[in-house]
Amino acid sequence: MSAVVQDPQLMVVNPPLVQGATDLHDLTDQISSVVEAKVYETPLKYWITLAFTGSIVLLLGAMLTYLVNTGIGVWGNNRPIGWAWDITNFVFWIGIGHAGTLISAILFLFRQKWRTSINRSAEAMTLFAVMCAGIFPLFHTGRPWRAFYWLFPIPNTDLNIWQNFRSPLIWDVFAVSTYFTVSLLFWFTGLVPDLATLRDRATSKIRQVVFGILSLGWRGSARHWRHYEQAYLILAGISTPLVLSVHSVVSFDFATSVIPGWHTTIFPPYFVAGAIFSGFACVMTLLLIARWTLNLQNLITIKHLDNMNKIILVTGSVVGYAYCTEFFIAWYSGDIYERFTFLNRAFGPYWWAAWSMYTCNVFIPQLYWFRKMRTNLWVMFIISITTNIGMWFERFVIIATSLTRDFLPSSWGYFSPTWVDICTFIGTIGLFLTLFLLFARFLPMIAMSEVKGVASIEKHSFAGQVEGSPSHR
Amino acid sequence: MSQTFDPAILIAQIKDKLGIGDDKVYAVMGEFAEPEDLVKAGRAIRDMGYTKIDAMTPFPVHGIDEAIGVPYSKIGWIAICGALAGITTAQVLIYYVGAIDYPLIIGGKPLFDFTYSIPPTFELAVLFTAITTFLCTWGLSGLPRLYHPSMNYRNAHRASDDRFLLVVEADDPKFDAQKTAQDMRSVGANDVEVVEG
Repeated sequence: MSAVVQDPQLMVVNPPLVQGATDLHDLTDQISSVVEAKVYETPLKYWITLAFTGSIVLLLGAMLTYLVNTGIGVWGNNRPIGWAWDITNFVFWIGIGHAGTLISAILFLFRQKWRTSINRSAEAMTLFAVMCAGIFPLFHTGRPWRAFYWLFPIPNTDLNIWQNFRSPLIWDVFAVSTYFTVSLLFWFTGLVPDLATLRDRATSKIRQVVFGILSLGWRGSARHWRHYEQAYLILAGISTPLVLSVHSVVSFDFATSVIPGWHTTIFPPYFVAGAIFSGFACVMTLLLIARWTLNLQNLITIKHLDNMNKIILVTGSVVGYAYCTEFFIAWYSGDIYERFTFLNRAFGPYWWAAWSMYTCNVFIPQLYWFRKMRTNLWVMFIISITTNIGMWFERFVIIATSLTRDFLPSSWGYFSPTWVDICTFIGTIGLFLTLFLLFARFLPMIAMSEVKGVASIEKHSFAGQVEGSPSHR
Repeated sequence: MSQTFDPAILIAQIKDKLGIGDDKVYAVMGEFAEPEDLVKAGRAIRDMGYTKIDAMTPFPVHGIDEAIGVPYSKIGWIAICGALAGITTAQVLIYYVGAIDYPLIIGGKPLFDFTYSIPPTFELAVLFTAITTFLCTWGLSGLPRLYHPSMNYRNAHRASDDRFLLVVEADDPKFDAQKTAQDMRSVGANDVEVVEG
């Protein structure tokens, strides 16, 4: 590929998405070298981090073993707050996953080319987040090895009962397990051409065999690509309503009940916006770390991060609007229980959680109105973390404050997490980070074939502008 | 083994030993450095009357399908069948479970109703569509496979890196190793080679 003279004025307004790499081979090298590095070539800080997060996974294992051995009484759930940290964490993790599908599917359908540098890691994040989410309901059953008979309609002879399909809880099982499967297939489909690249570059026998099998014999034939592109479009097309349905179904768990604070029709869109908000923040945290440790500045540019910050601002404001609507409807409904629940939410025993949530989710992201803030790495790193703290609090606030003071003052109560609650949640964070670190090191973190396609189109569109035919990407 | 392990050569050797080795020619292959050159050359080769043409590229090159005559993918139709199968499965399952095998009145709700069966039905439709699409992507492409004669081409490994390969298969009625290789060179291909399969 020859060097292209780019119009400097256009470069400022619309900088190229792939920088630094002079040709396609450079791109392949840049991305594959991370995967192909020898153990000692990977920075020591990577292995130390992995050892640290790996030890947190051991903590998770210990907590779950303790839970199964003793019973779920080791968690702090009790009347009146029967759903506490476990479902908070479940909704939190599912929400994190949503940004991955949004980036890979919805932005694909909207032809947003900037997604190519980040979609692979966002999809991986989805998978890992859903795994972490699944742990909580599974272990909340107390007997996870029996849970498959309770959760899925599998004929069984010991209980001789079926699930109740009128309950949103079973819808949730279908939604989340479908979500995981479809995300996995989508992710793997996108990975196959890149696995073929790794196979073709492999020098050791083990790598040749492993990548030879994983890449399914992909050779980039025009016929392969034709089927592949069609399939990718279909998978993106069905993932889009799927991702919107998953958090809607999760919100049905609450919305179909008659508890004041839960029984609202605004929940499905409100939950979906919140999920995208928290998910983008989480992608941002992970990408900033990966960009820094693995030196991916050329592929994950400020333009990518700026675009993501704009989405965080939009979804954060949608969430803020939903908070206001909730309060307005509580007042407008004239229902005294509804009014009490919302006053109690802001000024009751959990006021500190509610105000942490408003601050982190609504007030802080407003900084992103300013371009300076959207392009400052430190600012976006801090906001990505406060957003996730805020979104965790959102779920906790919805769940705990709606249950803490119900219709009878004699049964009011206050929830405090036990040390097992806290360690289990920390353990899932460790599991998530460990899986992500392993992925970043052992699989191509950036979709090579897609980035090459974009780089090639960009090169030619810029070349066209220089020749005098202005065109927009 | 003196050099790096090459499954293609190994398989060819085994085939030779077993006496099923064929000296059959698979195709004439050549490479291009730019996708536009590949599309132009593909069109030129097709205009010469060749019909069994293929291309190997590191990313989907748009325009190559029309240039060399790759038929439109039928995955969409199969995916719709998957979706219908999912809808049917879900409806039958929910009806059987709720209204036939384990009828239980809960909250005065009907034993079966279309409205509450929508969420699981939708999810199963998506699930079945995804699995069908996934399997068909590979199935229709003739994958998975461990060996393909195009691997014998000297630059085959660059098709997943930075080169754009053009293939004229030996099954083509107009195929003649010498003549086809010449035609390939005439449309601008580099490293033109007669590849054995």
